[in-house]
Amino acid sequence: MKPVALIAQILEIVIALAAAPLFLGWVNQCRAWLANRRAPSALLPYQNIRKLLHKDAVLAHNASPLFRLAPYIVFGAMAVAAGIIPSLAGRLPLVAAADAIALVGLFATARVFLALAAMDVGTAFGTLGARREMMVGFLAEPALLMVIFVASLISATTALPAIAAHLASQQFVIDPSLAFTAVAFTLVLLAENARIPIDNPATHLELTMIHEAMTLEYSARHLALLEWAGALRLFNYTCIGFALFVPWGMAARDTGPPGLIAAIPVLGLKLLAAGAGLALIETLSAKLRILRAPEFLATAFLFAVLGLLVHVLLAGS
Amino acid sequence: MAHLPLDRQLLNACAALLLLLSFAMLSQRRIVSLVNLLAVQGAVLATATLLLAWRTGEAHLYLSAALTLTLKVLFLPWLLHRLIRRLGVYWDTEPLLNISGTMLSGILIVVFAFGLAQPITHLASTATRDAIGIAIGVVLLAFLMMITRRKAMSQVVGFLSMENGLFFGAMSATYGMPMVVELGVALDLLVAVLVLGVFFFQIREQFDSLDLHHLERLRERS
Amino acid sequence: MIELAFLLAIPAAGALALALWGAKHHAPELNSAFSLGTFIAACALTARVIREGPLVLWHEQFLIDPFNVFLVTLTAFIGLTTSLFSRPYMRVEIAHGRVTSGRLRLYHSMYQLFMLTMLIALATNNMGLLWVAMEGATLSTVLLVTLYRTPQSLEAGWKYFILCGVGIAQALFGTILLYVAAERVLGAQGVTALLWTHLNAVKSQLEPTVLSLAFVFLLVGYGTKVGLAPLHSWLPDAHAEGPTPISAVLSGLLLNVALYAVVRCKVLVEGSLHSALPARMLMGFGLLSVVLAAFLLFRQRDIKRLFAYSSIEHMGIAAFGFGLSSPVATFAALLHMTVHSLTKSAIFFAAGHAAQKAGSQLMDDIRGLITLSPTVGWGLMLGALAILGLPPFGVFASEFLLLTTAMREQPWSIPILLIALGVAFAAIFGRVQPMVFGDTQARRLPHAPALLPVFAHLAIVLMLGVYIPPYLAEWYRTAAQLIGGS
Repeated sequence: MKPVALIAQILEIVIALAAAPLFLGWVNQCRAWLANRRAPSALLPYQNIRKLLHKDAVLAHNASPLFRLAPYIVFGAMAVAAGIIPSLAGRLPLVAAADAIALVGLFATARVFLALAAMDVGTAFGTLGARREMMVGFLAEPALLMVIFVASLISATTALPAIAAHLASQQFVIDPSLAFTAVAFTLVLLAENARIPIDNPATHLELTMIHEAMTLEYSARHLALLEWAGALRLFNYTCIGFALFVPWGMAARDTGPPGLIAAIPVLGLKLLAAGAGLALIETLSAKLRILRAPEFLATAFLFAVLGLLVHVLLAGS
Repeated sequence: MAHLPLDRQLLNACAALLLLLSFAMLSQRRIVSLVNLLAVQGAVLATATLLLAWRTGEAHLYLSAALTLTLKVLFLPWLLHRLIRRLGVYWDTEPLLNISGTMLSGILIVVFAFGLAQPITHLASTATRDAIGIAIGVVLLAFLMMITRRKAMSQVVGFLSMENGLFFGAMSATYGMPMVVELGVALDLLVAVLVLGVFFFQIREQFDSLDLHHLERLRERS
Repeated sequence: MIELAFLLAIPAAGALALALWGAKHHAPELNSAFSLGTFIAACALTARVIREGPLVLWHEQFLIDPFNVFLVTLTAFIGLTTSLFSRPYMRVEIAHGRVTSGRLRLYHSMYQLFMLTMLIALATNNMGLLWVAMEGATLSTVLLVTLYRTPQSLEAGWKYFILCGVGIAQALFGTILLYVAAERVLGAQGVTALLWTHLNAVKSQLEPTVLSLAFVFLLVGYGTKVGLAPLHSWLPDAHAEGPTPISAVLSGLLLNVALYAVVRCKVLVEGSLHSALPARMLMGFGLLSVVLAAFLLFRQRDIKRLFAYSSIEHMGIAAFGFGLSSPVATFAALLHMTVHSLTKSAIFFAAGHAAQKAGSQLMDDIRGLITLSPTVGWGLMLGALAILGLPPFGVFASEFLLLTTAMREQPWSIPILLIALGVAFAAIFGRVQPMVFGDTQARRLPHAPALLPVFAHLAIVLMLGVYIPPYLAEWYRTAAQLIGGS
């Protein structure tokens, strides 16, 4: 591969790694504003990660090597995913691997390892969190796959960059199937990233935490990596959403690093809007009982299937 | 996807919205919200009729849209709301099937409806014939709703939603039925709701509740 | 034209008038007067048809042809006799306190409204208007089924409303599909695409797939109102819980008109499909109804439910006859429709009085009608014998014709039919016998029962068993040609 392309690819991953905590900070800021509180600085996640990196890791006696490796694996998976997802540019070297289904597989890998690590130490909370996380993941995956299926049906390919390019090249049409799919994707995003209404990212109440329960045993650099991976995950999902539904503004092919840099403002704008929207949704919803999570995800699946049916009927004939 | 003119896109959007509203009604537990969703369904129907009238220039469609607006968006929901207030039925919390099951059955039903609509779509000569499948889907979903509900009020809303679907089907297949038939259907609908209102009072008087559970005693006898 | 106007205007005026004065002392007589007026208009219309042949009236919106002319007169006649029956019957009900004055007004005005919708449904040429009238018929009788406000009547009314409502929605869909197919051939000239005469003329050009789909919906929809199994569950409840005059008109009139609607649609669909699918569906539903009803007859405890299941059975026989599709079978089915309505309404008249005398509708409580009131007892006995197909009553003639045709064309159905008929005979006769003969201690009623309707009906049925008037036979034959022959 050409060195320019390689540099562009690495640059994209670096930008994603750097921007993810900032995005998380922005979301938290918006939530605070909407709740009429004083907002923490948007750079707070960076400070958090830095603080954690300085500490000494404490591990349980019975922690296996899996427990120590899991944060790295999770972080690695998220970083690779950040490279695959076309956030800034459509045609980068890792395009060959940028099949949407493979992407889902990457996310699943991260989830599995996190769950295994949570159960590794044998505490009650860890197992609790792991079971709940797997249930939510198990229900969210069909919905996510259906969303991708509809998008790929519209664009006749499962490669994410190709889908994005196809959609970007069309003029604006009122497409109800895309609207339904977008709603479905938003619901899946909320579920997979442990946002309200599925899980409260700020809570440590025993009965209600899902994601937090899994990271309870971690400390120092491991926890730093996991937090970063969490922020990356949200960033990745948002960028997938952009690629599927709002793909305009990405760098054209073969423009190298300058083109990437030029595409950053558009991405920044999109992220600002998405972050505000996410905070709005979170503020307006209440956290669902865990028993209601399947209904929530069934609704997401339903929206995705509706999008499929509407597309087949109204546009396929 | 072919580039359709704006009005056809909007008509397709109306059809998709109708389907979405049917699913929303399936999962709704508050009866007041059910009636509101029914009113929104009527509004979408009136909008679609207006769009079609503007597109085809047929005068009777304007009349039809006005009729739909007055009856299905204003008068019938108002009647139903009045009934709800006077009877005090607000919740319908025990469906026969849980929400996820209902949704999945709904999806299967819509797929079946689309298959059913194929021969009709091939035959019809209107611009909106793709939406016939959605119309049949709305009818069957309303039917599902009627089957899986306990409260009499929800069954009535399902019945009215079924009529909405039929109306939409008539509109997308043949640009509406002849005016005299539409007037007759509207009249029947109105009378049906009035009759039901009286009926509900009788049921309430007898059983102190509009739970249809009470109306199951005749089944044990042959 | 003017006869038709009177035919429809009189019940309409009656509904309005009785809504105002339906609770006065002489309201039942007023009701009968309006029904008499309707009957006279129907006779005048029939006379006109005898003179001039089939009529298409008022911008082609109304059609009186051999198929519906005798049904119109039959409807008006049964409407008249039922109103005569309802005079003493409702007076006794008022005396027993089961009906208040407000409800009486509702009863009388809805009765006339029901007559109006039946007549519109029979006389109209417009398939859409047919639908509207059928739905109107359901709506006008729902509140009558719940007249007594008992829990069971409320349940019966609710079942009636929902089942028939859903059914009629299917029928609307079928009508829409019919319109879709018709528009292709006849063009979207507004109303003409729904006129039966026009559709009949171009039926071979209508698209087969759409029409077969339409027929399924129309059969299910209108078939619910005929009481074809498995869509019949509203029928026994509605008959048992409503007042007896309503049971009489439901059995005698509504089922007939619904079957008429189904057959009209069948003619169109068969002309388009050139296959036996509609006929076979009718046959299947008909046989299913006969068998189901016959076997369920044994479990009945309530006299009106018993005869309601008998109605389901006989409607099944008629549907089977229409399904056989040969001219003789159709002739028999038409005759069967006629004599069944007359006989069944006569039975309900007698059963209504019997139940009033005994103070209960349960057959175990009704005993010794012969000694208590010979007219009611004999009426019930003769009516039961007539409906069971004993010669020389008309039901025997129609069933005999049907069975012989079936033996020629569909011999596999003969054992089923014979067994079902035999079972029904045993069930009904076994129940009626102790009711009519046997010991009793019941007392006389304050009002004398209406003798005339029961025996008038039975006399006509007897006559039709041995002699069919020439013009009636001619109508049956022509209608049979129209329906099955072509």
